[in-house]
Amino acid sequence: MRYMMLIYTKETEGANPDEMKAVSAAHWAVMDETTRQGILCGADPLEPTRTATTVRIQDGRVAVTDGPFAETKEQLAGYYILECKDLDEALEWAARIVPGTACGGAQGCVEVRPIHEIRKPAPEAKPSEFAKA
Amino acid sequence: MDELRNTVDAVFRRESGKIIAGLIRVSGSFDLAEEAMQDAFAIALVSWANGLPDNPAAWITAVARRKLIDYARRERTRLDKQDQLLYETETSTSAEDPIGDADMSFPDDRLRLIFTCCHPALNREAQIALTLRTLGGLTTPEIARAFLVPEPTLAQRLVRAKRKIQDAHIPYEVPEERALPERLASVQTVIYLIFNEGYTATAGDTLIRRELCAEAIRLARTLSELMPNQPENLGLLALMLLHDSRRDARVNAAGELVPLEEQDRSTWHREQIEEGVRLVERALRMRRPGPYQLQAAISAIHAEAESTEQTDWEQITALYRELLRMNPSPVVALNHAVAVAMGDGIENGLALVDRLGASGELNSYHLYHAARADLLRRIGSRESALEAYDRALALTTNAVERRYLRRRVAELHNWPAS
Repeated sequence: MRYMMLIYTKETEGANPDEMKAVSAAHWAVMDETTRQGILCGADPLEPTRTATTVRIQDGRVAVTDGPFAETKEQLAGYYILECKDLDEALEWAARIVPGTACGGAQGCVEVRPIHEIRKPAPEAKPSEFAKA
Repeated sequence: MDELRNTVDAVFRRESGKIIAGLIRVSGSFDLAEEAMQDAFAIALVSWANGLPDNPAAWITAVARRKLIDYARRERTRLDKQDQLLYETETSTSAEDPIGDADMSFPDDRLRLIFTCCHPALNREAQIALTLRTLGGLTTPEIARAFLVPEPTLAQRLVRAKRKIQDAHIPYEVPEERALPERLASVQTVIYLIFNEGYTATAGDTLIRRELCAEAIRLARTLSELMPNQPENLGLLALMLLHDSRRDARVNAAGELVPLEEQDRSTWHREQIEEGVRLVERALRMRRPGPYQLQAAISAIHAEAESTEQTDWEQITALYRELLRMNPSPVVALNHAVAVAMGDGIENGLALVDRLGASGELNSYHLYHAARADLLRRIGSRESALEAYDRALALTTNAVERRYLRRRVAELHNWPAS
């Protein structure tokens, strides 16, 4: 089963070099090991929330706003997608990712969510909704 | 008919934890396992009218397993009808006969179930409810009543927990060695919380509360049998047996709390004390002491003493000191101070209590003020004692404890003025 690990951390400009070193070491360790085991399905850091744009539908029209979905103290900073046998394995990896969330002297956290796997129904099995539209 | 119902209920209460643990393993689903077991018990209510099977638990398991096969077939038919294509991509492992092995239950199944129910990915309330529901065989209304929560809230809690187990793939396994200490601690905490809920709160349905204590003891017994090399399992079981041995003495006929020194020790349950003492000794011989073992050892010293005066307070003080080293909490420090007061002189203990109070951490803890009041009363400082009792009363919500404190206040008012 695939699990997504969402990294939440404080956003600070101008990182401390020692901290940066430790953070990237933690991530490289996890990425190397998960690649070796063939369970890494994806992992990326995200640009800070000042680069975020949020799109909604308001009154039937697309509304674009500057900024993240929610202003919170900790923000989504990156993610991993790992193939794990169960939640326990996913939690073990998450624990190894946590040191890679340190920012401005504070520790961030990792939210672990199972990915809801969906199969696209075969076209002949179900008439397409879009065809009618 | 009533007699049969009682028999079936008794089998349910005694065996359902074991039965459902095996059914969850073969079906991979809490809900299916529960449904199959309920169905089997419903059938038993009819079939057993002609006589009880030799092994009721095996009978129920066999019927429930057949039910699981029926469900799998039913599901397959439903899927067949609904969408042939969708089904084929499913290549169902769950719909294939999952009921291959004839063996009815591994002792490990219950262990798996305990660890899954107490998994740290579930919140504490859910862990407790799920443990009581599946392993304890308590009904949802019973658990709701015991924890004074509305039934729909509790039902919702259970549904959510089971859904998370399923959707997040919380494993149905005994954790590996490296994760074991932390996971086992979570299981022990849940069991002890269940016990305390039954033991300390005296409000509500006494019968249900009694059942909670008994259930916690049953769970700890299972845990001790399945993992006998973990001394804290034995310590926890011993601790609860020893506390529970005083159940008839600690509240009087008027429903008032009776402090240890005024309890009629002849009503303590000797057999439970003996078992508790044996367990503590066995646990301590493993030379891996832990908080449950130490608390059980303290409780054992009380249990074996003929009176408060003849209690080995020195030994109790030493055990509290050790406990404090492992678990440096202000509450443990308070207990230590009281032990010093009883063994080494009230003034010495009171000095420790006051020093603890200076940190302010215990200021809103009712037992701190109650303990202090009690020591002040013992050295005859009536005014200070009354003040402390007032503060304790202001912080105490439990009706039985309040009655006890008020009785002490009344006694102090009746003292001849000095």
